[in-house]
Amino acid sequence: MAEADKTGAPVLELDNARISYFTRAGEINVIPGVSFKLARGEAIGLVGESGCGKSTVAFSIVRYLGGAGRLTGGRILFEGRDMAKMPEPELRRLRGRRLAMVYQDPMSSLNPVIPVGKQLMEVPIVHQGAGEADARRRALQMLAEVKLPDAESIFDRYPHQLSGGQQQRVVIAMALMAEPSLLIMDEPTTGLDVTVEAAVLDLVRDLRRKHNSALVFISHNLGTVVRVCDRIGVMYAGDLVEEGPIASVFRNPRHPYTRGLLECLPVLGTDKHTSPLVPIPGQVPPALHRPPGCIFASRCKHAEPARCTTARIETITILGEAAHRVQCVRALELPPWQRPQAAAPATAADERDADLVLDIDGLRKFYETSTSIFSGAESYEIKALNDVSMSARRGMTLAVVGESGCGKSTLAKVLTGLEKATGGKVALDGSDIGGIRVEDRESQIKSKLQMVFQNPDSTLNPSHSVGFAIERSLRRLKNLTGAAMHEQARHLMETVKLPADFVDRKPRQLSGGQKQRVAIARALAGDPDVVVADEPVSALDVSVQAAIINLLLELQSTRAATMLFISHDLSVVRYLADRVAVMYLGKIVEFGSVEEVFNPPYHPYTEALLSAVPIADPDRQQKRILLEGAMPSPRDVPKGCPFATRCPRKLGEICDTTPPLEHRTNSGHRIACHIPMEQLRSIDPIISTAAE
Amino acid sequence: MSVNTAHSSVAPRRSRLPGWLRSVLRLRESPLGVVGAFLVGFWVVVAVFAPWISSYDPNDNDFDAGIIAPPSAEHWLGTDDQARDTLSRIIWGSRVVLVISPLATLCAYIVGCVMGLLAGYYRGWVDTVLMQVCNVILSFPVLVLYVIIVMKFGPSPLNIVVAVTFVASPQVARLVRSQTLELREREYVAAAKMRGEPAWYIMLVEILPNARGPLIVDSCLRMGYTAITIGILGFLGLGLRPPDPDWGGMINATYGYVMGGQVLMSLAPAIALSSLVVGLSLLADGLREISLRD
Repeated sequence: MAEADKTGAPVLELDNARISYFTRAGEINVIPGVSFKLARGEAIGLVGESGCGKSTVAFSIVRYLGGAGRLTGGRILFEGRDMAKMPEPELRRLRGRRLAMVYQDPMSSLNPVIPVGKQLMEVPIVHQGAGEADARRRALQMLAEVKLPDAESIFDRYPHQLSGGQQQRVVIAMALMAEPSLLIMDEPTTGLDVTVEAAVLDLVRDLRRKHNSALVFISHNLGTVVRVCDRIGVMYAGDLVEEGPIASVFRNPRHPYTRGLLECLPVLGTDKHTSPLVPIPGQVPPALHRPPGCIFASRCKHAEPARCTTARIETITILGEAAHRVQCVRALELPPWQRPQAAAPATAADERDADLVLDIDGLRKFYETSTSIFSGAESYEIKALNDVSMSARRGMTLAVVGESGCGKSTLAKVLTGLEKATGGKVALDGSDIGGIRVEDRESQIKSKLQMVFQNPDSTLNPSHSVGFAIERSLRRLKNLTGAAMHEQARHLMETVKLPADFVDRKPRQLSGGQKQRVAIARALAGDPDVVVADEPVSALDVSVQAAIINLLLELQSTRAATMLFISHDLSVVRYLADRVAVMYLGKIVEFGSVEEVFNPPYHPYTEALLSAVPIADPDRQQKRILLEGAMPSPRDVPKGCPFATRCPRKLGEICDTTPPLEHRTNSGHRIACHIPMEQLRSIDPIISTAAE
Repeated sequence: MSVNTAHSSVAPRRSRLPGWLRSVLRLRESPLGVVGAFLVGFWVVVAVFAPWISSYDPNDNDFDAGIIAPPSAEHWLGTDDQARDTLSRIIWGSRVVLVISPLATLCAYIVGCVMGLLAGYYRGWVDTVLMQVCNVILSFPVLVLYVIIVMKFGPSPLNIVVAVTFVASPQVARLVRSQTLELREREYVAAAKMRGEPAWYIMLVEILPNARGPLIVDSCLRMGYTAITIGILGFLGLGLRPPDPDWGGMINATYGYVMGGQVLMSLAPAIALSSLVVGLSLLADGLREISLRD
């Protein structure tokens, strides 16, 4: 092993590794042949949409494919040794010592009944035979290294007493305990909030350099890969279609799929007026029916039947670009890539003339927990929405952004009447609906405000056909019956660009994107004035996400409906919104047009959010602002500014004691902060393009 | 333009069979389930065709063959202490079990589903009241409850159904409630509320059909329990009035001879009962197995 490090031999080498799963239906070849090398201390990011084989490749490295999966060809060499031939006891010694894995859900890696410190100590005790005291010292040192505050107190806590971000740090600490030469991370930040994600990503990047560990980093988010890795590997349907250094792949992606991925991804700084999103048509084909040639050919706009679909595509190395490899016959013929530009940038419609459709004023929603007779716990109030005001005019998109727990979903529930407001006003076309539950709303009001939900798997009733949901809405909201109802349902399916025959299908026969289209059709059935969309694209793959965003925008402009778009994804919000409200702990900290919010003057929280967004473009420079700690519990909201406990620009005591007044500009831009407006104005933009 | 093709590849439809039939056919993927279905199916066939299968009237005394006769060509399982053909009595006795236990289970399900749906959907005080009622019933020893109810109202098929409904519906209600609590949070339920569906519609059309998986499995098991219950009541003399054949009653009437070595006339109905119950359990296991595969 020691010589291998010195000679610079790769830590990991996949040589045409072929992986199959064996099921009752026979062998399913999911990975036909993947090759890449990883030198000591190098980091490769594997990206691709779900079901593309990223995790299968990662698990095959540690030979952890379960009973059904097997390496059926090629070789996987770890530190020069063939993993397939290694006997089980030796493999076990290797795992956790030379090789470590970090998974998406930290709770599944931590034992809930053992304090985290004890779990960390096990690593040196089991793998290196260290003594109790020595193990404890090293565990504490490692906890400090992953930047957990007060390592001593974290040491004795149980996993459930830590936040998600802290748990993931403990798992990373555990993985790095044994100084592994290879670290495999499978979507380590997917469940985390954007500010926490940024901190964890920076930590991973710094630590892997410090410990000189090689890293295989799996993510569906291209932006996170740019932050952490040196190289990127793009996977599609089990093939590594393009692989190379980050800079060269992003500047000129050679494979049409890589290009497609970048074209359907909103990058912070682009919006609907300047650069349209281009979705990739079709969907990933099932592994069972692998065509003889390029598996992307059926979705590729550059495909040439004669050359692309006849034989297996060889991987070629791009000359002049070190280690940039592409699996495409036409890679060298394609013109250099450019981000798609709108032919003539559309200008934002003048919204001042449009009438006010939705006017929210001083909205409050407090949840009161009941006093328990048995435990004697006192009841307390959770201020989920605390004095929220915003308004939207006809035909525009109002976006609400914030991290989980900021109250954005509660806002959706109150607007839709699924929850009742505690106070304040919600005016929909002039009539107050805030305090009225949906059961008590008039049918006319119900049809005016409809909702698109987040989870495509739960938005449609699995027991009924797709058409059922739409037809019931038409019956209840439009009083349509019989043939007119069927006709209108089919028409709505076509409106959302699904074949009308789909009305007879069951939801399980549809893909996630198709289900979300049906959900949109259902929301449109009542001809709504306002559509509340609560994270409608966050559960979808990027290419599908782009198509749904385009559909929402198109329907909104043709129907002049107002959309309240709730999201945690600032890139998407920047892309499609006209106005933006930034929420933190139940309060709106900044509100204004999308230009105003995404450019200085910023609220310090907006600034921190923007600095945390992973951007899939290595040319864009981003200032880093690391937030300390986690969002306080909505049980005890700080007395002054809600953001005061984490604010990097905190002025002093005034922030803790006095709620800030809002700075208001003539254009309607509001920032709730004690820092004077002049000073906020002088802050440099967070994001700059290197070319500018 | 490109958006139009977003749905180009769709799962091909496999067959034109209706959905429920396809689910039934999927049972062959589970060997245990097939065994269970075979056993249950066997008894269903026996019960339906009892008049044609049995060679004797179950209540006829064939004194020519004698009492407690060993198996012979005329009486395959011999005769009992009153010279009645054991086989024919078992065949006719299956009718009792296979009518009463599904009927009682169905009644328990109707009552249990209503209670469980109301408790899980409305929560709050409705839930508290209904669940406390269930807890009170559940806190009694089951057998004592059965005996009290049947003794009080007299042994008859109807009263057995009433007793089973009373005892089993709280258990069903708990199951339905837990499913409802989970399903009521689904987004399609919110969507139904937003288009103004009434509460009963949401409970029966949006929630209940999605709870069917665990309910079908449970109902198979519960039918087995009910079959045992009917057997026990029969054994305690609380089943059908003599001389009508009922498996529990047959064991009761003849178990005294077991010490004397004449086991067949009480062993045969016992085996019949346990084969039916085992069949229902295996069927439930099989259904659970295929439902987990989805």
